[in-house]
Amino acid sequence: MNHVVCIAYVPDTETKVKIGGDGKSIDETDVKWIVSPYDEYALEEALKTREAKGGTVTVLTFGPARADVGLRECLARGADEAVRIASDGLGETDSLGVAQLLAAALKGMKADAIWMGSKGVGTDAGVMVSMVAELLDLPNVNLVTKVEWKDGAVTLWREVEGGREVVESPLPCVIGAHKGLNEPRYASLKGIMAAKKKVIAVKKPADLGVDPAGITGEKAAVRWTKLELPPARQACKLIPADDPQKAAEELLRLLRDEAKVL
Amino acid sequence: MAFSGVDFYQIEALLSDEEKAVRDLVRDFVDSEILPIIEECAWEGRFPRELVPQMAALNLFGATIPEYGLPGLDNVAYGLIMQELERGDSGLRSFVSVQSALVMYPIYTYGSKAQKDRWIPALAKGEAIGCFGLTEPDFGSNPGGMRTVARKDGSSWVLNGAKAWITNGSIADVAVVWAKAGGPDAPVRGFLVEKGTPGFTTSEHRMKMSLRASVTSQLAFEDCRVPEENVLPGVEGLKGPLSCLTQARYGISWGALGSAMATYTCALDYAKSRKQFQDRPIASHQMVQEKLAFMITEITKGQLLALQLGRMKDGGTMRPHHVSMAKRNNVWVARECARLAREILGANGIVGEYPVFRHLANIESVFTYEGTHDIHTLVLGQAVTGIPSYNPPAE
Ligand SMILES: Cc1cc2nc3c(=O)[nH]c(=O)nc-3n(C[C@H](O)[C@H](O)[C@H](O)COP(=O)(O)OP(=O)(O)OC[C@H]3O[C@@H](n4cnc5c(N)ncnc54)[C@H](O)[C@@H]3O)c2cc1C
Repeated sequence: MNHVVCIAYVPDTETKVKIGGDGKSIDETDVKWIVSPYDEYALEEALKTREAKGGTVTVLTFGPARADVGLRECLARGADEAVRIASDGLGETDSLGVAQLLAAALKGMKADAIWMGSKGVGTDAGVMVSMVAELLDLPNVNLVTKVEWKDGAVTLWREVEGGREVVESPLPCVIGAHKGLNEPRYASLKGIMAAKKKVIAVKKPADLGVDPAGITGEKAAVRWTKLELPPARQACKLIPADDPQKAAEELLRLLRDEAKVL
Repeated sequence: MAFSGVDFYQIEALLSDEEKAVRDLVRDFVDSEILPIIEECAWEGRFPRELVPQMAALNLFGATIPEYGLPGLDNVAYGLIMQELERGDSGLRSFVSVQSALVMYPIYTYGSKAQKDRWIPALAKGEAIGCFGLTEPDFGSNPGGMRTVARKDGSSWVLNGAKAWITNGSIADVAVVWAKAGGPDAPVRGFLVEKGTPGFTTSEHRMKMSLRASVTSQLAFEDCRVPEENVLPGVEGLKGPLSCLTQARYGISWGALGSAMATYTCALDYAKSRKQFQDRPIASHQMVQEKLAFMITEITKGQLLALQLGRMKDGGTMRPHHVSMAKRNNVWVARECARLAREILGANGIVGEYPVFRHLANIESVFTYEGTHDIHTLVLGQAVTGIPSYNPPAE
């Protein structure tokens, strides 16, 4: 079985996000980049399946040159090959644009299972699994927390509100990995040294038959017009509790007159 | 909160992608697996042995060895591993130093093929633990005076004597023991003594106030018979153990920076959030700033020292006195940082809720072992004057 795992190289979840000078993107200086945590579940499951059943694991990303570091991290954990669709100089695109690029690359890759994280941390849009599947005309199952392989098919457990849904899908299909699916492994030092020797295949959108003009700028269906940080938290107000009676009265007054919740 | 490194001088730009990847891997491991348990371990005086298989899976043991399927890392990458481990705990770093630099290194460098085939894979996988026995109850800084002797008897050697302060001693499957082979004036040789060999016993040093998450033991040899095949064939004289110590000290010069980074970042965070007088953070006071400025300056100088030392080691131009400078300086830096961090934390500096006091206590061992601070001063004094002020053994 051949697996392709689509990964996103995103700002570390602990990054203190700053807004860029244009007011609609994040300031990337001092940002630490990581493989999106949900994608790690996807990679881990693909690696485990390969270890049990043979085959290959290829990691695929759309991103600038820095994303090669993320791909190498996946190679160091055990992926066989890595492909990057270069975003360098492409201009702004949206989820659908990315999905079109991924789908175009995936068409040439003969995957039995296409993996992604259920969502990317950062934008948390959670649309990539279904978009890519739709573009490839494949079934998709998202929020997967357990996998069982059968001949030419797979049984998948997915988290739904208040319960679990068990579905079966033919292969190939697109699977969105969710927290709880597995415990991602660490890379190893040997893996890092082996990854160093591997060549990352870099493809331009045009190599995949996608015209960048059709998915960027005004052509993007979704455009970021403004980015704002949440308002700073107000300092909390402490009511002296020397006299409980007075303190309670003061609290009621504040709730009524200032917070206006009563 | 994950550790994001200390880099005041764009030292990051001097590292290769692999070196950064290696460091980040170990950093992540330390944050996720070591920090959550280490304070408890140190409190209980327990070595977290459960981490050994995980450390082996990461290939942390013998990481610079290019054979036996090991990673063959460069020395800067190795140093960065030590830095991150000691940011976690000096005891954990000591474990890896001993396993890699003091046990795998001599077996790999001076061992027979059979010794290597037997021990290198087992030590790399963490299936076997090693220790290094040089120091004796009466001979620390002057190992040349050791009393442990090995007498040849037929096709075996009979060991008698005692070793003290041996890291991993009582949990080791194999001890690399240095003894005078043939009599009190004979040259020192290395013996591989296996756990359970009749006449070989161990006992732990009790009530340690430092390096509490590491095992430190005495080894005793009473007519302990080891076969000739267990002698390291490739080296004779103090050069053997001293060359191992050069490897380990190299790692310590990086490790100490990790300890300093841990106490510095803790003190910095604390100073920014702790408020005293007019609701101002203590970081706004000049005397606190002076301490932080001292720490970051010394850490940065230490980083440059360690990095250049590593490049020299990779280039084959590093000499033992170069290592002495880095070990002496960087452990001193860590010790000063621990002390200043403890001051900045006030009362919180003495409790295990913060890592500072553990590092402060740990660094006292590191200051003393692998050549005390003062002994390295003497090495440097001799290196620049050409005059030995003591009776140094020649490596
Ligand atoms: C936790 C821990 C783990 C250890 N692990 C190991 C291990 O795994 N294997 C091993 O073999 N050893 C190990 N050691 C031993 C360590 O290497 C020795 O403690 C060290 O070499 C110092 O020896 P000493 O303690 O006997 O001190 P001494 O040599 O007695 O020194 C005492 C003091 O005298 C000073 N001094 C000595 N000679 C001179 C001189 N000529 N001029 C000026 N000052 C001098 C020293 O600097 C020091 O301040 C460990 C020690 C500790 C604390």
